[in-house]
Amino acid sequence: MEALQAVLKNPPINTKNQNVKERAEGLVLKVLSSFKSSDIEKGVQSLDKNGVDLLMKYIYKGFERPSENSSAVLLQWHEKALSAGGVGCIVRVLTARKTV
Amino acid sequence: MAYHSFLLEPISCHAWNKDRTQIALCPNNHDVYIYKKDGTKWNKIHELKEHNGQVTGIDWAPDSDRIVTCGADRNAYVWTQKEGVWKPTLVILRINRAARCVKWSPRENKFAVGSGSRLISVCYFEQENDWWVCKHIKKPIRSTILSLDWHPNNVLLAAGSCDFKCRVFSAYIKEVEEKPGPTSWGSKMPFGEMLFESSEGSEAGPSEGAGAAGGGGWVHGVCFSHSGNRLTWTSHDSSVAVAEGGKTCTISSLRSDNLPLLCVTFITENSIVAAGHDCYPVLFVYDGAKGSLTYGGKLDVPKQAAAKGISARERFQNLDRRASTTQTSEQTIDTLHKNSISQLSVLEGGRSKCSKFCTTGMDGGMAIWDVKTLESAMKDLKIA
Repeated sequence: MEALQAVLKNPPINTKNQNVKERAEGLVLKVLSSFKSSDIEKGVQSLDKNGVDLLMKYIYKGFERPSENSSAVLLQWHEKALSAGGVGCIVRVLTARKTV
Repeated sequence: MAYHSFLLEPISCHAWNKDRTQIALCPNNHDVYIYKKDGTKWNKIHELKEHNGQVTGIDWAPDSDRIVTCGADRNAYVWTQKEGVWKPTLVILRINRAARCVKWSPRENKFAVGSGSRLISVCYFEQENDWWVCKHIKKPIRSTILSLDWHPNNVLLAAGSCDFKCRVFSAYIKEVEEKPGPTSWGSKMPFGEMLFESSEGSEAGPSEGAGAAGGGGWVHGVCFSHSGNRLTWTSHDSSVAVAEGGKTCTISSLRSDNLPLLCVTFITENSIVAAGHDCYPVLFVYDGAKGSLTYGGKLDVPKQAAAKGISARERFQNLDRRASTTQTSEQTIDTLHKNSISQLSVLEGGRSKCSKFCTTGMDGGMAIWDVKTLESAMKDLKIA
């Protein structure tokens, strides 16, 4: 749980360094896949509005490069994040100019 | 709530006359149709054919009874009614892209046109030449102007643009008016001066390092409050924001969970109604003391939810199609408008105590909403 908070704490939004972004994304994916399915909902509840938006951005970034198991886990996170953030959250992922 | 479906085509824009018996609208083509209310029916009484491109904005000046229209053909026409016939006068806007929106100023001696050529044309009538002349506001607009709204003092103009910012400019034309007094947005107002710019994507609330939204979205709708001290705008990143003019120009924004809102208006000094791609109007309440914006509720005709039992077959079908076993009757939209709402206008009561407002949308329909009925229908609704 704290790992989730920590990994979402300082997102590399303003940097142009692609490496930094990839490393951050890898970390987030690791944390997200290490969660048990039953804990996902609690994890999402522990985030505030900004956090949910940020989580959604990472989820979509994760969708861009699917590995063997990642999509299933990401879809579960997506469903929970959607119920917390609503469609507006996804719209913000699509319209955000600074990507995670 | 009255709903009238005019045509099958989307209504691009509409405007009402002073006593709300006639409505001018553009059914997504090059013309403007004027309908007159006759009991419960609407009859088309005029067709204004002059534009060569889609008519993107219509505004009807209530007192001087003039209509200004602007279109994708880069022109604007001012229409005056003589002996029951509407006659157009061309206004040269000097723009090289389509015009997107047009608004008469409160005193109806000038109007502003927002366009895709990244500038606002403020037009006024020059008596000596008997001709409409325009002045441009260019800096620092970087993209199409999507929406405009005038401040009650006839000088300040708010513009929402595709470069993700909402700005307030001065549109003071010395040929037609006196120098304006100071307002909460500023005191020196030469023409074209930018008095306020929203830095879109900035949060007024606490951000725990997770940072701001970063970027924002196109600003679709802007509206000044009745006093002119508050400005609200809605943006494509599904957010609504209110800025209060003054020395400390505070911006409070709310990211909503719905689809982006396209149009917004104040109905009292503290309450905002906005509508957009979700096909229903939404209420927001702004608390000036706390500087906070909260979601008030969904304003729509309450539908009787038919609670049908779901059969086992339907359950498996849903599981197959939608990977969920819940019965969601989302094949039919249960809102009044069946497609996005593109424009909102106040009918009665002005922006300080609105009692009726009207919405038109892409479904070709127009709905008139009564604030009192909505208040009594939705129990938790509080319109401050």
